[in-house]
Amino acid sequence: MKRIQAALLALVLLASGAAFADVTVPHLDIGKGGHCVNDPKFMKLNHGDLLKHQRTITVHQGVRGRYSLEKCVNCHASRVNNSVLGTDRNFCQGCHAYAAVKIDCFECHSSRPETVSETLTEIAK
Amino acid sequence: MSEELDRRQFLKGSAMLAGLAIAPGMLLYDLAHGRSLNEPASSAVRWGMLIDTSQCESGCDDCVKACNKENGLPGGTRPTDEQWMRKVELKDMRTGKATSLPMMCQHCEEPPCVDVCPTGASFRRADGIVLVDRHLCIGCRYCMMACPYKARSFVHEPLHDQKPDVPRGKGTVESCTLCVQRIDRGENNTACAEACSKAGHKAILFGNLNDPDSEISRRIRTVASTQIRADLGLNPGLHYEGL
Amino acid sequence: MDALLKNRRDSRNFYLLVALGLLVVAAGLAAAHYMEEYGHIVTGMNNQIVWGMPHVFAIFMIVSASGVLNVASIGSVFGQAPYKVRAPLAGLLSIALLAGGLTVLMLDLGRPERVIVAATHFNLKSVFAWNVFLYSGLFAFVGIYLWTLMEKRMNPWSKPAGLVVFAWRIILTTGTGMIFAFLVARQAYGTALLPPMFIVMSFAWGLAVFLIVQAAMYGWNEMELHAAILKRLKNLLGLFVISVIYLVAAYHMTNLYFARQSAFEHFILVDGGIYPMLFWGGYLFVGSLLPLFLIYFPGMGGSRHVLAASILVILGSFSLLYVFIVGGQVFPLSIFPGYEVTSSFGDGQIGQYAPSLPEILLGCGGLGVAFLITTIGVRALNFLPRDASD
Repeated sequence: MKRIQAALLALVLLASGAAFADVTVPHLDIGKGGHCVNDPKFMKLNHGDLLKHQRTITVHQGVRGRYSLEKCVNCHASRVNNSVLGTDRNFCQGCHAYAAVKIDCFECHSSRPETVSETLTEIAK
Repeated sequence: MSEELDRRQFLKGSAMLAGLAIAPGMLLYDLAHGRSLNEPASSAVRWGMLIDTSQCESGCDDCVKACNKENGLPGGTRPTDEQWMRKVELKDMRTGKATSLPMMCQHCEEPPCVDVCPTGASFRRADGIVLVDRHLCIGCRYCMMACPYKARSFVHEPLHDQKPDVPRGKGTVESCTLCVQRIDRGENNTACAEACSKAGHKAILFGNLNDPDSEISRRIRTVASTQIRADLGLNPGLHYEGL
Repeated sequence: MDALLKNRRDSRNFYLLVALGLLVVAAGLAAAHYMEEYGHIVTGMNNQIVWGMPHVFAIFMIVSASGVLNVASIGSVFGQAPYKVRAPLAGLLSIALLAGGLTVLMLDLGRPERVIVAATHFNLKSVFAWNVFLYSGLFAFVGIYLWTLMEKRMNPWSKPAGLVVFAWRIILTTGTGMIFAFLVARQAYGTALLPPMFIVMSFAWGLAVFLIVQAAMYGWNEMELHAAILKRLKNLLGLFVISVIYLVAAYHMTNLYFARQSAFEHFILVDGGIYPMLFWGGYLFVGSLLPLFLIYFPGMGGSRHVLAASILVILGSFSLLYVFIVGGQVFPLSIFPGYEVTSSFGDGQIGQYAPSLPEILLGCGGLGVAFLITTIGVRALNFLPRDASD
């Protein structure tokens, strides 16, 4: 009896695990990624508030501080299409499609990092 | 908490840099005048311009082109296209004297656009720059009705490929920002002023009106200059010479 | 049997009217959606003419919403019986027109989805922000006023409620006028004459709307308006139309006297093409003189004449608003007085504006909202003005 129970439990776990892996969790192309301003777990929960707070002090006071959407894009743009948008694998679009949270950041903000040539001319100056 | 830590780290770093830089002297000077990325704009500074119309060449629009490039504007001239900066050709109706000058947001001390904006999206930053917070702008265009200089444009179409440091979008109002992205990086010059110098005209002088020793303050003290529609009493940050 | 037949016919007609209203509102919403999808590029508006057709419709409705309450005020505040029985209908029309006007204004925004921002962030120095309070206040106060009128136990409160509504709507129209009066640099606006001018315009336009709706309701119920009451109402309309002419004349005379304004006046009154045409032909002849003829000329002044006069007053109001709003922006802003000016941004040039279909549909959609609220309101509740001897 116990063995059957264990087998059943294992089966259920396996099935749900498979379900999570295959269906629910988005496979994100995180670009360069890595630890930046905070650890990923914290950022996953708080990036919205951080950006909102930062945008107010950036726009109104000129504080170009720790958090910046531009920096997010610089590291998290996919290396395939050089953007955080485009497909459901791209960093911003993928997760927001998964969470069903509509964002309008990129109607105004660039979804692509500054191109290499522009960065180079910037440095050359 | 993290902000505080950030600042402390920054101070430590800048102290070290200053120590290193005392010998050449140059870097120390910059630190005393520039503002760090973590510091808010201060009212000790008031950014402004002195435009010498006698040096501005009719038909030259290098400043406008530079503005468009810096801010990612397409540069069209249909009535629905955005123009942060434009060249205006003037002819005195009595004497026939011709003048050419660049027009843009005059960065008033008492900006009518800020007064009329219902949501507070139009605002004047501590250092005198008049800006639009596009997160708050609802696109009512009342500021465009109120501006005595016709300095503002409304974005009539969806946009793509904006510049990363100049976000702009459909349905909101925008105007000259005095290249705020450059100022916040500590490059204290605008794209238009730079282009005008490069063209050899040096008609646009950008600087801090609140610093009595700045070149712009010294010039405004010594040469005759005027503000456009000075009769309105808005005290614009842009001064014009030879008008 | 006859009553039953009439009932059935009324029902069918009511649903037809509602369907018609819904159709117009749907067209307006579709136009607004189209404008939001493609941006204001699909309208005739541009960086020179920033306010266009939607604002003509919206301001007509908002100004009339305040003026229509005049009928109620004369009843409740000044105690005139024939107006008292008309107060509930005036209140309903006020709410309907205000809702229609605000719908158009909101849907014309560049970012209509951010209307919540406008309701949560206020710049208290902005007359637009004040108007947000004035509009919501009017809805609330007129709502309470209607309650005191239509609920017997609340009747004793109808006078103080009417007084509050009276004061509030005068302040509201002052606020609407101030939207333009505060534009310091524009030749067409920026004068303290505008708030009183808007108040008087509201009286005339509001009464015209009221008379049209009342005529429709009387026609529906096969009732005839008492001759004495018709005479009072039509004389009032005539008086208001004359008052508007007086203030519009004072506004233009003042401008004509100032040398710096003469070029603008010359444009609006003489050589501006469509604008002088709409001013003299649309506003003055069709919208003022013809109605005055229909009201006062011997042999005129019957209920049909008064209805026609009311419709003409409304046509005239659209002409006047078009000249005021669009014409005022088309004439180039005087940035460099004493100079001839040219640039790539329309400096020194007459601006071009041709209203596009979506704009007009959006405006009509607002009228549709007002029409629907009125139609459903008078069907569901007893708003029909009944005079003592009925």
